[in-house]
Amino acid sequence: MRVIRVQKEDFDAAAEAGALAEGRRDVGALISFVGLCRDEGGRLAALEIEHYPGMAEAEIARVVASAEARWPLLGVVVIHRYGAIAPGERIVLVATAAAHRAEAFDAAQMLMDYLKTQAPFWKRARGTDGSTGDWIDAKPSDEDRAARWREPPRA
Amino acid sequence: MKAVYFAWVRERIGKNEEVIEPPPEVATVADLIAWLSGRGEGYANAFAKPNGIRAAIDRAHAGPNVGIAGAREIAFFPPMTGG
Repeated sequence: MRVIRVQKEDFDAAAEAGALAEGRRDVGALISFVGLCRDEGGRLAALEIEHYPGMAEAEIARVVASAEARWPLLGVVVIHRYGAIAPGERIVLVATAAAHRAEAFDAAQMLMDYLKTQAPFWKRARGTDGSTGDWIDAKPSDEDRAARWREPPRA
Repeated sequence: MKAVYFAWVRERIGKNEEVIEPPPEVATVADLIAWLSGRGEGYANAFAKPNGIRAAIDRAHAGPNVGIAGAREIAFFPPMTGG
């Protein structure tokens, strides 16, 4: 099972992730990661997320395909929102199902690390002071995290 | 070909998208960035740091040395900040 969605609307993280194990007897591990909008100490009124329609879905599909090629996954869900997102709201869901926890954990981490650096989304931080806010800069640490997965797998 | 712009690249250029017709000697993504930079202050500002710009050809990431021949849609945008 593979679900990839880019949408403005909120999602039900528990239901979306739970669907990966629904009616199956072979899933031994189900990992669900939800990225939330934080208020940055009260300074952030909302995130505005812009995306490249068409490419966002295509790029997520490429990232999911590389995770599926690397680990024996039994299911993957990736949902990423765009538009205005208030503190406390969900931004992104990555869920992975596998027979064992190691591959489910690793695949979920790799998917998130790649999504952050490869999927065409851009965040702007609208301030509680009424400011439109600046575009958020990409963090070198995110690149470093993504680069870990490019190293050849240990023999 | 169609050029599309996102985030602050879009804001600095002042357009979401446009049809462009670069001359034949503009062969790569890097060439196209240099050519677009010469089209006005907004473009020069958007492409002031070419290393800080990402590009995609027909909705797949493309590095500076990738050829643009046959491309239908070329996108320029800042490094991604999703997730």
